[in-house]
Amino acid sequence: MDKYGVILFNTSSAAIQAEAVLNKAGLNVKLIPTPRELSSDCGLSLRFDWKFIIEVQAHQDNGRLDAAGIYPLPDG
Amino acid sequence: MIYVDYAATSWPKPKEVLSAMTDFLEYSGGNPGRSGHRLSIAAARIIFGAREAVAELFNISDPMRVIFTYNVTYAINLAFRGLLKPGDRVVTTSMEHNAVMRPLRALEKAGIELTVVPCGPDGSLDLEAMRKAITGGTRLVAMTHASNVVGTILPVKEVANLAHEAGAYLLVDVAQTAGVVPIDQPAQGIDLLTFTGHKGLYGPPGTGGLVLGERVDIAELEPLVRGGTGSKSEYEEQPDMLPDKYESGTINSVGIAGLGAGIRWVQSRGVESIRAHEAGLNELLLSGLQNIPGLTVHGTCDPSKMTAVVSCNMAGQHVSEVGLRLDDEFGILCRVGLHCAPAAHKTIGTFPEGTVRLAPGVFTSLEDIGTVITAFEKIAVQHG
Repeated sequence: MDKYGVILFNTSSAAIQAEAVLNKAGLNVKLIPTPRELSSDCGLSLRFDWKFIIEVQAHQDNGRLDAAGIYPLPDG
Repeated sequence: MIYVDYAATSWPKPKEVLSAMTDFLEYSGGNPGRSGHRLSIAAARIIFGAREAVAELFNISDPMRVIFTYNVTYAINLAFRGLLKPGDRVVTTSMEHNAVMRPLRALEKAGIELTVVPCGPDGSLDLEAMRKAITGGTRLVAMTHASNVVGTILPVKEVANLAHEAGAYLLVDVAQTAGVVPIDQPAQGIDLLTFTGHKGLYGPPGTGGLVLGERVDIAELEPLVRGGTGSKSEYEEQPDMLPDKYESGTINSVGIAGLGAGIRWVQSRGVESIRAHEAGLNELLLSGLQNIPGLTVHGTCDPSKMTAVVSCNMAGQHVSEVGLRLDDEFGILCRVGLHCAPAAHKTIGTFPEGTVRLAPGVFTSLEDIGTVITAFEKIAVQHG
């Protein structure tokens, strides 16, 4: 069963920018409304396949994502 | 019909701009950054694409430092009102448009100290006078990149050096030059760049923005308007993230879709190539007009030192009469009067009458300029 992760952002512009960064890196991501149980910081978040958490985290650590947080999606 | 009023707004707009706007409304009409559904996301992608286009155009690495506003006037007001406090020293030039001058005069009444550096009768800036005006403790230097009356281009990089040596920020109003003269914001030392979308960027009215250079600390810049941003919705205070801090309320999304397409269109032609085309038109226009008896052409009259904005006066005729005759009898559309820049007209000696201003653009041909010159010759002869 697939498990998803979700990347939260402070602004929707940052979410759109990160989508392009991760797509370009070959990672399949999807913009979704931010899950209420995680945060209401910004209306848009990025959902990704949790098996790519290492790659996603690496992009964040390199300053290419500007994420406000990266979490496993509850009940994924 | 010959449209030579590009300094007021460019017309016609490229087909790509029109289709970007109709496509936006038809296929991506959601509210960007608000809802999470496909139409909202499609809209947000288009807005972000426009943000990237602006960043590329001015050679800024971070598109988040592009703040969209409803016009350049709003962007200038945001910068002034967000940054300046009573007691701050501000230096500007006598060639400014009222978009710069009026907010500064109002802030002067509220306690800022304003110095207006006089320019020469051709609109040029005396750097030595600027150097004397920018003293230690100056908070901001605000200047136009090129005059909207006579097209004279001011030395931005040199003023940036003076401003930065004194510890001041430099704001440059590029309303007349974006898309028309190459601009490299970091290389030219522009801290606060304010632009309009509907002139040389060929977007629609209702678009513009403020681009923040790397030196500007956003903690020092208060928003002009506060409200919903689609982010930090649980808080009743304004978020401090870019660009949301300065973009409250639903953005002019369809306009920005058009602006993004306009910038891409300008980039596909190349700003250098547009500059060369306009310089060619300008050269013919200047030489033709200068040969007409009774006609005074203002400014530097040197296409390498100006944008394609030419101001003139016909002896014995009010500019309003000339403008009406050009429209009625020759189908030539231009702007006459003071062009919202009384200080600039005082500087060049045409206040309060104003001038006839001819501003060709990308879609103007050399043949059109020939027709304009012939019309002026006829008006001059009939009057004489």
